[in-house]
Amino acid sequence: MDGYYAWMIVATALVLMMTTPALALFYGGMSRSKSVLNMMMMSYVAMAVVGLVYVLWGWSMSFGSQDQLGGLFANPFELFGLDGVGAGGYIAVMFQMTFAVITAALISGAIADRVKLSAWIVFLPLWVTFSYFPIAHMVWSTGVGFISKHFAAQDYAGGTVVHINAGVAGLVLALVIGKRVGFGREPMRPHNLTLTMVGAGLLWFGWYGFNVGSLVFAAGDGGPKDVAQFMTETGVTFLNTTVATMAAMLGWLAVERLIHGKATSLGAASGIVAGLVAITPSCGAVELPGAIAIGAVAGGACAWAVGLKYRLGLDDSMDVVGVHLVGGILGTVLIGLFSSSDAPGGIDGLLYGGGLGSLGDQIAAAGFAIVWSGVVTTLIAFAIRYTIGWRIDEEDEVEGIDFAEHGETAYDLATSTSRFGSSSSPTGVLKEGVNA
Amino acid sequence: MKLVTAVLKPHKWEEVREALETFGVTGMTVSEVSGYGRQKGHTEVYRGAEYDVALVPKIRIDIVVDDTEVADVTDIIVKAAQTGRIGDGKVWVSTVERVIRVRTGERDEAAV
Repeated sequence: MDGYYAWMIVATALVLMMTTPALALFYGGMSRSKSVLNMMMMSYVAMAVVGLVYVLWGWSMSFGSQDQLGGLFANPFELFGLDGVGAGGYIAVMFQMTFAVITAALISGAIADRVKLSAWIVFLPLWVTFSYFPIAHMVWSTGVGFISKHFAAQDYAGGTVVHINAGVAGLVLALVIGKRVGFGREPMRPHNLTLTMVGAGLLWFGWYGFNVGSLVFAAGDGGPKDVAQFMTETGVTFLNTTVATMAAMLGWLAVERLIHGKATSLGAASGIVAGLVAITPSCGAVELPGAIAIGAVAGGACAWAVGLKYRLGLDDSMDVVGVHLVGGILGTVLIGLFSSSDAPGGIDGLLYGGGLGSLGDQIAAAGFAIVWSGVVTTLIAFAIRYTIGWRIDEEDEVEGIDFAEHGETAYDLATSTSRFGSSSSPTGVLKEGVNA
Repeated sequence: MKLVTAVLKPHKWEEVREALETFGVTGMTVSEVSGYGRQKGHTEVYRGAEYDVALVPKIRIDIVVDDTEVADVTDIIVKAAQTGRIGDGKVWVSTVERVIRVRTGERDEAAV
């Protein structure tokens, strides 16, 4: 089925774009001007590290056939280095790789401005190995994985695997690593919301690869039944992804207009992401009204939830918890209400006469993912804290992590120190502005 | 010689410049600055977090003029920049001891 493979190549490239540059721009714009490069680098580095780990043992652990411990993960050595995977399977590997990459990159938003690059690079392979690959196996190895086997829960494109997983990890890391110097005391407002708006728009565009590419029921074998399934399934997920995101943007703007008096550009960008997060698990489970309802609820709820961190003293810098954990839980659990047997998933939820069964399955799957990610991330977070340590020096953090960790600054501002020529300049080194 | 310094609303800069040019002022130094006065900045909200933004963007104009022109120049600036609303800015005058034109080495009144 030519169309199937052509689409999957495009979808994979779209999801790659979601991490670099879309997520990097989205987070980078929200960070301060002294730390934007580091914020963006956390996404870029996640691409490199997680991507390579994925082809080594990630695919094998997630989708290998040698199931371990009752469906918790698959044997990492069975298909190590893609040994035994035919070239015809590479597109499937690549597509799933991009999901692992962005899930890990999402976490970086919770710990902006203060983490050593080395600690992040050590964290990434550990976390995907012990949290992402197992949960992907549990949810997406149909009939074999632990969650899939026991709960019959629907997670089309990653409400549990991606968003709850990353959201919980962000929460744990923000707690273990601690607040930025001056959090709650000094202003830490976004330094460039145009970057954030561009990033949110690109995320939306890329998300079509993420959701619509996550074909669950069309196998791609090319039979007439399969072609029909491909067409209807992509139609439903494409439409649902779109309308939920629109509703979420309006939901966020409405809530912040009510609470704070203004509808903001950051609110529109955030609402887009909240809607995309919530429709991720549910895009194949619901019909049009359900998609709009889930989007609107997620947009409004997340707009309210992002304010909680100040009351809780939690420095979840770019609101990974408020958007991805809250949006991921809502999208996963609301399937239990809005799921329809007319959608590709084929299960009726509470509002469609299906009783409480679906709702119970969805809550159980969400709960299991929360506990797994919470326990695993806590262990990794403390292991790093008591060995190589997470934080850069306080003085470096105040001066700006971009210079401390990368030796660069993002912008040539009038107030910055500039140095003309090289150190071999005949007049010595002209240190202009050093005393300014 | 006097140094006339004006800190004004940025959008008033064009009007002020035109008025000064008509009067015959041939040059000035302009910088983008920030500060606050009685208006005390404003509040911005980002994802539910309110920030008191104390510093408001302003434009600063520095002009060195002859003693005889001080009254006219300051009047022109005030007239052109005035909106009557809070945050219009301030103009002040200070004494200048010496002026040297870099290109020619001319001094004081000749260099103004």
